[in-house]
Amino acid sequence: MNKIMSGNEAIAYGAYLAGIKVGAGYPGTPSTEVMESFSRYPGVYAEWSPNEKVALEVAIGAAYAGGRALATMKHVGLNVAADPLFTVSYTGIKGALVIVDADDPSLHSSQNEQDNRHYAKAAKIAMLEPADSEEAKQFVKIAVEISETFDTPVILRSTTRLSHSRCIVKLEDEPAAVEIEPAAYERNAPKYVMVPAHARQRHPVVEERLKKLAEYAETTPVNYIEPGSGDLGIIASGVSYQYAKEVFPGATFLKLGMAYPMPEKLIRDLAGRVKQVVVVEELDPFIEEHVRLLGIPVKGKDVFPNIGEFSQGRVRRCAAAAGLIPGKIGAQPVQSQQLPVRPPMLCPGCAHRPIFYALQRLRAAVFGDIGCYTLGAAPPLAAMHTCLCMGASIGNVHGADRVKVKDRTVAVIGDSTFFHSGITPLINLIANGGNSTVIVLDNRITAMTGHQPHPGTGRTLMGKKVPDISIEALARAVGFNKVDVISPYDFKNVLETIKDHFQSREPSLIVSQYPCVLNIRERKPSPVVDQDACNECGNCLRIGCSPMAKVDGGVTIDPALCTGCGFCASVCGRGAIKARTNEGGGEH
Amino acid sequence: MKGVANIKRKYDFLFTGVGGQGTILASDIVSEVGMRCGYDVKKSEVHGMSQRGGAVESHVRWGEKVYSPLIEEGEADFLLAFEMLEAARWTQFVSAGTVALVNRHRILPPTVYLGQAKYPEEKEIEDILTGAGSKVVWIEGTARAVELGNPALAGVVLLGTLSKYFDEPLDVWENSLMNLVPEKFRDLNIKAFHAGREFQG
Repeated sequence: MNKIMSGNEAIAYGAYLAGIKVGAGYPGTPSTEVMESFSRYPGVYAEWSPNEKVALEVAIGAAYAGGRALATMKHVGLNVAADPLFTVSYTGIKGALVIVDADDPSLHSSQNEQDNRHYAKAAKIAMLEPADSEEAKQFVKIAVEISETFDTPVILRSTTRLSHSRCIVKLEDEPAAVEIEPAAYERNAPKYVMVPAHARQRHPVVEERLKKLAEYAETTPVNYIEPGSGDLGIIASGVSYQYAKEVFPGATFLKLGMAYPMPEKLIRDLAGRVKQVVVVEELDPFIEEHVRLLGIPVKGKDVFPNIGEFSQGRVRRCAAAAGLIPGKIGAQPVQSQQLPVRPPMLCPGCAHRPIFYALQRLRAAVFGDIGCYTLGAAPPLAAMHTCLCMGASIGNVHGADRVKVKDRTVAVIGDSTFFHSGITPLINLIANGGNSTVIVLDNRITAMTGHQPHPGTGRTLMGKKVPDISIEALARAVGFNKVDVISPYDFKNVLETIKDHFQSREPSLIVSQYPCVLNIRERKPSPVVDQDACNECGNCLRIGCSPMAKVDGGVTIDPALCTGCGFCASVCGRGAIKARTNEGGGEH
Repeated sequence: MKGVANIKRKYDFLFTGVGGQGTILASDIVSEVGMRCGYDVKKSEVHGMSQRGGAVESHVRWGEKVYSPLIEEGEADFLLAFEMLEAARWTQFVSAGTVALVNRHRILPPTVYLGQAKYPEEKEIEDILTGAGSKVVWIEGTARAVELGNPALAGVVLLGTLSKYFDEPLDVWENSLMNLVPEKFRDLNIKAFHAGREFQG
């Protein structure tokens, strides 16, 4: 039986087949669907942790206790989890630990396009890199084997184009259900208590393990040579391999399923068979540098760019320009002529909109954060002025306030981001006598990645009811005396509360509470515009809501797109936007 | 089912539209049809930030052996555009021989509704596509879907028209469709699919 699966679904399926029983992650495009899919298999435990560091620590705990464990995150999430990562390399684990890392070349939904292969090298652990969904399934099983054989965490690296592409996967027999009696926890302080004296003893173990992994890389079935012509020898891994196969169909290939450590003998074998070795890899010259260190002449980043993701068209154009294949040099695909752009924007009825509109009117300098609400930076709202990394807004505003800029400053952070890494900088405000204002946009869900529960939601990934943590109570507990909870649609109160907090000399916090319009679909009739009363002031267009359109002599509201939140009516100074009195009545 | 023996070549399908229009579901259905007809199938889609009303594209490829999940520039056999402006945005994938099935439906982008840019006329959109060599087929997808009671069915209407270009038996399309839509919407989706088959391809 075959089934079409995304790379992420196939990773989850592979994890299930490999007997992984504990999974923890934090949602982040393009990694999110791995943990969501994994959670649906029988007999597994899966959780959304508040951030990637906690997720990895949960998975490590499970692996310390002898279980097979999975941690999932996007590339920048591994930065957050880097602290446990580097030292779990020293301790190893008792069971198995697979870390799924999903990189995002071309920044489809990220703040940078870092190449996380460097993490495997820096932490001295193995990294596998599948090239399609079928390999993704297989490689998780191989990752578990490597983890148990070599006592090492293994990173399985995906990219957006693997995670979010779909192809045919072979279904396999269900894993046998094994009931294991709980064993006593293995106490082994020299291995697991990383005080300096122990850790010094563990570092040589890590170096020795790396040598063994490099030997394994020579013989593992995931690294292999595909014989071809003697002209070009292509080294590629991940989805780049697929592009290269289309561009160089007759070439000799070294397909690397293991991105780190790399197989020296196989690389030399390839080089001995061909006139020219070419590395096709997205982002940094990771494989290329290794080949160069072996003293083998190689073409790589002199031919293919180190910015953005590849496609077979891009690889073909670069290869032709470098004379590796025949073809017209400099031929660029014909792009469409100038068309109106269509950027993503806040949804109609999004409860973040009134807050950003208020901040725009108050001309505040807004230190922003990561989530849907980063779209508050887009015109016409244009009410966010920084976006750095998860949880950065609160530390950023505190630092800016130490410099004393002329503008009124504020941090704006979403609820999931707040639980992820906004709590420590919030405590920092109190602990260092800060006086900044923080607004938490609280819709009780992780909206951007598709409505995953978080510590404020009140239920777990597996559907268990749990306490929903109150941001207001948390802020008061750490020492905030000035805390207000507001509804974003009481716009007069929104303006007054924010102004009041701006004038305050103490640290303060506003929680703006309203559910995500895509999560709890509350649809009211769209308002109607009284064109006679409209003086075309443009206020309602400045809220950046897509159902509103400028027409000759006024504006219209598209009832198919409008959710009826009524915010446009509350910003109309002429009272020209009115609630619909009877369904279907009035003009639109 | 005509089976593997009849596979003559590859088919590349490009789905374009606006986040939330259902391009992912439609491209999943075409992938499923390909697999059931014995093709190797790959598909690529867009998640995350782009879904919030932004321009979206999905690639589906059928072939004897498919490597890349992306269509190469100039190689699309079919362009299924769920929105008119999004039909014109991706001409780099279009060339002589491409058939563009375009839903006659406009969703105004922000620069247009703020009065800063002009939405191209239907003629301009058609000229852009035919200029790139494509045949253009206009389909009243949204209009038919609204008649059936749900504008979200517009994509399935387009799939109905698409199916007329293929010899594969109708039940492969119908079964793939039923397999991927929620049970309570199956009848409605089948109706929308057949509404699409009434259009001249």
